[in-house]
Amino acid sequence: MIPRRMRVPLGSPFQLLLLGCSFALAAYAGVRLLAGDWFGVALWIVGAALLHDLVLVPLYAAADRAVTHGLTTVGRRAWTLYVRVPAALSALLLLVWFPLISGRVAERYRLATGLSPDGFLTRWLLITAVLFGGCAVLLAWRVRRAAKHRPSALH
Amino acid sequence: MRDQDRLPTSPGFWRSPLRGPWFTSVLGLVLLVGITVLFVTGLVSYAAYNPGLSRVNDTTPDKGLLGFYLFAWPTGPVWLYRLTQGVHVTLGITLIPVLLAKLWSVVPKLFALPPARSVAHALERISLLLLVGGGLFEFTTGVLNIQLDYIFPGSFYPLHFYGAWVFFAAFLAHAALKTPTALRAVRGRLRDRPGEGAAPEPDTLTSPRPDPPTVSRRGALGLVGGGSLLLFLTTVGQSLGGPFRRTALLAPHGTADPNGGPNGFQINKTAAYAGITAADTHEDAWRLVVTGRTGTVRLSRAQLLELPLYSASLPIACVEGWSTADQWWRGVRLRDLAALVGYEGDPPDVLVESLQRHGAFRRAALRANQVADPRSLLALYVNGEELSPDHGHPARVIVPAAPGVLNTKWVARLSFGAL
Repeated sequence: MIPRRMRVPLGSPFQLLLLGCSFALAAYAGVRLLAGDWFGVALWIVGAALLHDLVLVPLYAAADRAVTHGLTTVGRRAWTLYVRVPAALSALLLLVWFPLISGRVAERYRLATGLSPDGFLTRWLLITAVLFGGCAVLLAWRVRRAAKHRPSALH
Repeated sequence: MRDQDRLPTSPGFWRSPLRGPWFTSVLGLVLLVGITVLFVTGLVSYAAYNPGLSRVNDTTPDKGLLGFYLFAWPTGPVWLYRLTQGVHVTLGITLIPVLLAKLWSVVPKLFALPPARSVAHALERISLLLLVGGGLFEFTTGVLNIQLDYIFPGSFYPLHFYGAWVFFAAFLAHAALKTPTALRAVRGRLRDRPGEGAAPEPDTLTSPRPDPPTVSRRGALGLVGGGSLLLFLTTVGQSLGGPFRRTALLAPHGTADPNGGPNGFQINKTAAYAGITAADTHEDAWRLVVTGRTGTVRLSRAQLLELPLYSASLPIACVEGWSTADQWWRGVRLRDLAALVGYEGDPPDVLVESLQRHGAFRRAALRANQVADPRSLLALYVNGEELSPDHGHPARVIVPAAPGVLNTKWVARLSFGAL
């Protein structure tokens, strides 16, 4: 007899049925997906999930925490967004367009499309500059306005 | 910090005040709609290749039941593939911030203990690996392919097509299990007030000891939406063409058109890339071979020009999502060429072969409805000028609403009724 605490409950029959159907379809497509370089494909799928959850998320969470912590220690916690927003948007563009921005496909790109591969890095840097610059201007304006409207208790 | 909170398996390890059922549910519902559109437009793109017509059009010949829905691709409206594939690629890019935010919002669940509360729960977690891994695989292969960065393990078409089915299988189960919860969470808690709305399962998302917030949940959604908007605005121009192309600052076919003049529109693969030389296409060397019911006809470019020429305004639309505005093509109707070899009034399917010696689509099959369309041309001119080498000189196929790679360039042979 199985000891009571070892017994695992089955769970909802609807859920079991649904997942069974889902796995059947995934397996039907999966054997075709893995028909070529099965190890490479499996590595990409499992690797993508692990790389995202165990590397990318901790990395950007740590960077965000460092910014918040740094600004909190100098008493400027409210400024966090003015760094986070442009940094996140710029990093997002870099993540999506990394092959073009880094120039790693520059030769193939030039040969295939007849277009110049040179502008991507410049344009990304310009967008980044505009994002940070815009946030800096906005912050400066808000700080000035807050200073003007502050009741002159210090005088 | 309490000792047990040093481990991500402890709910107290997760400190963001943003996480919670409402935040995750809003993102989940956006993805529910968005990914469904991506899946459908992806299937439509596969159908647009007419894979059922001939092996040369089919990059996934062992698809089996997964091709159950295939249909003969129509020739109109002429912007049909521009629209479906532009939506597929642009929407996919636009959804990336939503996907990342959604995954961030549920990351504590990856570490939650016990690993499984029941057999069904254990299976659900395995299914989530296919959902997350499969989803990231689909987005990554798509994003890499449009940037010509072919580092994925195999040919793009089978990976992206079969990968889509694996992902969508897990997506359907996840949607069926979670959509009711998500709808309840969004309806029950329209404001950022924690504790409202009944949670049918233990809430492992909301932090038990959150840090003081630096932004509201709405503000965080605003950042996600802002990321999507930024990606959309710097991409969509490559599918709209014309003056909008300049706004696609980072998209592969954005900002500029190659060279200038009548042939100055976007190129998928140049003559140099395809290995086509001036010697191959020279007036003395090049002959178009047309075969059919009554035998074989060989035509020089000068002889082609003596046939009746017709015009059609048609776009080029690539599987990579970019497209051009309508170009003004002039050439010989495909159905007139079919008539030359014995198909008077009943044009059949045709196998088109290019001078290209390598490349997946150096041969392409067109269906009878495509051959019969009076706008389907073997084009010799574009926008009032001879085709440039990069656009397929001496002659190229142009068919309304067909994916770009089926508009074969540097055509050498047309075999009517040979499929």
